Amino acid sequence: MFDVLVIGAGHSGCEAAAAAARRGARVGLLTFRAEDAGQMSCNPSIGGVGKGHLVRELDVFDGLMARAADRSAIHRRMLNRSKGPAVWGPRVQADRQVYRAAIGELLRSSGVDIVVAEALRVIVRGGCVAGVETSEGVLPCRALVIATGTFLDARMFVGEEVVEGGRRGERAALALAGQIREIGLGQGWLKTGTPPRLDGRTIDWARLEEQPSDPEAWSMSALVDDERLPQLSCAIARTNARTHEIIRANFARSPLFAGAIEGRGPRYCPSIEDKVKRFAAREAHQIFLEPEGLKDRLVYPNGISTSLPTDVQHEFVRSIHGLECANIVRPGYAVEYEFVDPRALNATFEVRELRGLFLAGQINGTTGYEEAAAQGLVAGLNAAARALELDEVRFDRRTSYAGVMVDDLTLQGVSEPYRMMTARAEFRLSLRADNATTRLGEAALRADCVSEPRRRQIGRHFELRSSHAWAETEEGQADALYSPYVERQQREWQVVQRDSHVWIPRTLDFGSIPGLSNEMIERLSSARPETLDQASRVAGVTPAALSALYVAASRRAAA
Amino acid sequence: MADTIFALSSGRPPAAISMIRLSGPQAHDAGTRIAGSLPEPRIAAVRELRDPISGELLDEALVLRFDSPASSTGEDVVEFHCHGGRAVVDAVLTALGSIEGLRAADPGEFTRRAFEKGRIDLTEAEGLADLIEAETESQRKAALALAEGGLRKQIEEWQARLLELSAEAERAIDYDEDDLATGPGAARECGKLAAEFRDWLHRPRIEPLKDGVRVVIAGPPNVGKSSLINAIAGSDRAIVTDAPGTTRDHIEVPLSLGGVPILLTDTAGLRDAQDKVEAIGVARAAALVEAADVLVWLGGAGAAPTHSRLIQVHPKADLLGQGNGFTGSVSVSSVSGEGIPALLARIGDLVATLLPGEGAIALNRRQAQRIGEAAEALEMAARAADCVLVAEGLREARSAFDRLTGRVGVEDLLDSLFSRFCLGK
Repeated sequence: MFDVLVIGAGHSGCEAAAAAARRGARVGLLTFRAEDAGQMSCNPSIGGVGKGHLVRELDVFDGLMARAADRSAIHRRMLNRSKGPAVWGPRVQADRQVYRAAIGELLRSSGVDIVVAEALRVIVRGGCVAGVETSEGVLPCRALVIATGTFLDARMFVGEEVVEGGRRGERAALALAGQIREIGLGQGWLKTGTPPRLDGRTIDWARLEEQPSDPEAWSMSALVDDERLPQLSCAIARTNARTHEIIRANFARSPLFAGAIEGRGPRYCPSIEDKVKRFAAREAHQIFLEPEGLKDRLVYPNGISTSLPTDVQHEFVRSIHGLECANIVRPGYAVEYEFVDPRALNATFEVRELRGLFLAGQINGTTGYEEAAAQGLVAGLNAAARALELDEVRFDRRTSYAGVMVDDLTLQGVSEPYRMMTARAEFRLSLRADNATTRLGEAALRADCVSEPRRRQIGRHFELRSSHAWAETEEGQADALYSPYVERQQREWQVVQRDSHVWIPRTLDFGSIPGLSNEMIERLSSARPETLDQASRVAGVTPAALSALYVAASRRAAA
Repeated sequence: MADTIFALSSGRPPAAISMIRLSGPQAHDAGTRIAGSLPEPRIAAVRELRDPISGELLDEALVLRFDSPASSTGEDVVEFHCHGGRAVVDAVLTALGSIEGLRAADPGEFTRRAFEKGRIDLTEAEGLADLIEAETESQRKAALALAEGGLRKQIEEWQARLLELSAEAERAIDYDEDDLATGPGAARECGKLAAEFRDWLHRPRIEPLKDGVRVVIAGPPNVGKSSLINAIAGSDRAIVTDAPGTTRDHIEVPLSLGGVPILLTDTAGLRDAQDKVEAIGVARAAALVEAADVLVWLGGAGAAPTHSRLIQVHPKADLLGQGNGFTGSVSVSSVSGEGIPALLARIGDLVATLLPGEGAIALNRRQAQRIGEAAEALEMAARAADCVLVAEGLREARSAFDRLTGRVGVEDLLDSLFSRFCLGK
């Protein structure tokens, strides 16, 4: 009998399993193939603006991602270094194999049991999750985290070719997808894409602009590992008029434009054919050539994700200065995948209507490893809480990017793959990558999910904060820089916060509230806000509806 | 069954527009009897209002109908937006009172009904300031759409510009590696927009048009303040619109001057004591003087308080030996009426500077406050060296407009961001 079972060993599943184990749960992690745990299926990089913030937050709870990224980093870059410290974005290129190995090792030392099997069916008893039927037999559990990413039901597109599966060469979890739809959770399709992988030996590096690794020795994790891999440079290439001509001439052969793909793609990470079409006036688009590993000849050309047919990919890649002789090892492709409306979840990522079932990662409509991993943390901590009757761990949008994401997903839902950006965080000045420990250290200790070294590190951090030396630290200086603005914001927030104390009873029937329009009832019922403050962020909810809700909620509380 | 109630729901006439509201089960029926027919719910339409018995035309008004429960009180509601003259308002209220089953609302009764139906919550609940504000905001919006469409457009234009600037700033932050140059001088643009807001804030407001312009008559004791008030009130150019009433501190005479509502205030209500002239004249009246839109000063040239709209009057010009006053003053005789037209003309000129021009867009106090907050935030952005702080100033300014209109969220920002820029890493 497991306390917690996790389906899927991607970034979300691994974090969920490890987090639940850190809270003392007996955890089983189901995957098609054990060696794929922690696989980076797309970009071999971790972090970035907003995303780096999530990784640092995850690290405070002893998550795996930051430490694995440090161990495997072959290129470091603090994005936005020229701007204010609130938006510095730590980002590393990771050696794909070393990263996977590091995750595997961290996972094993966390005590998680890896179970190689296909999950076929969730077993539900009395409205609660009771176990999972797998290809290897029935596994009973108290709480279940589904973190299947794009594997639920997914189709891959390379030009006119369509293949079933979540990642190139791998299968989709169709049986489970069917059941999730039966439970009423399936919602729609989203799309994401990946660029062709190039053979680094066929790139003319000398003719390209070099982008060296940062000279400063910063790390993702607050628990600094001394071991560092040698650092490599990246390079910058650019598309040109000829490249765009080739792409334009083949629009008709792209599944994006031919209508084969219906799912909405991310606006912020468009395919190259999208970019050429939408920004016809632009003469060039940047491509970052990122090595995938120290011993790996593969290079990831960041900026040209595509689902054009293979021959077109060859042709346009070779039209680029410095890539005239480049060989494509694996063509790029688009993935269309099914996702679940995250408004069906509460703020712990538990399905509201099915006790014990948690969903995390790309299945909730997000994109990106960091977004997936942070959701895994939230789901894992709370799945353990469900199984072992511990306290829930909730994240607040005022104190963490993880909280921003939970709040956005469960209240607003998604209409396109959700990616973290600092623009989403209205309290950006206080939510910095450098102060994650300050913001979340106490919550991590309370959740009782951290190792002894972490506990000491958090303790030291708070000691330093209360000392005179604090003003000299980078974080202390950033605090001072932003304090007048943060105070302004706090005043602004206090006005809003008065409402946040009003809890909306879970059993409240929105339809029974006098004066709510059908549209408001529908919106509120889908999002099921837990407080009045959350209700105010549900898309499209009007001030009048909030007033009515307030009256109803406070009357219920008084009754 | 609940009664059907009615009342004048806007400020006291004279005003540009007066809104009379009916709420209750008979509201639609009564509304139909006065307006002939009611429009579709939530659609404003022009109707002739007639006395239900005599058929006499009372006014041509905008009429709105709201169906229970989707109304401000949760009951059936009808609104008449009439011309704001006292005679018109009285006539309509009298006509409504003649319909059986209708009665004038008690003070606060609409609000109480709204609360009982769960439509709004008011003062009881602690900390609901924001929601209450939002509630009046929705009412304000309705009024805005009807009467002030121009302002709506102006606000939308500002919001669009703020959004564009924000998107630019956010792009620079969230897409560090994008090779587009950072937008030129976002901070400078913030400064320009702030200056534009300030310019608007200096323009005449809408309140004087609705609530009246406060003209205060002040001066030392026994200089003839009361006589002057009486002379003005008796002048055929000024129409006294209500009986003068004495408040604790002063006398107010509402009157209409050239169609503009004016509240003439006499500080003579203050207790004048010779030995306390200095103390009272300066300290006590200071508050009134401060609140004055226009100050009419009867007294020595040197003794006049500082005021941006000051008229100095040389009173008792009829008395022998009082001379012709001093330079720039208006000589007035309350006895003969001499100089009164000239004084009224001067008052009229100054009052005109306080009123929005014909057809001009004017802000109300709430709007001005929000736009002032936005201006302040943008001024902060304009001074900031760091683009994160520029973005913060813009976010604050957008938040001020959010509170003004209840629109524009982060999704709009992202839409704006992604429709304009091509993004890299």
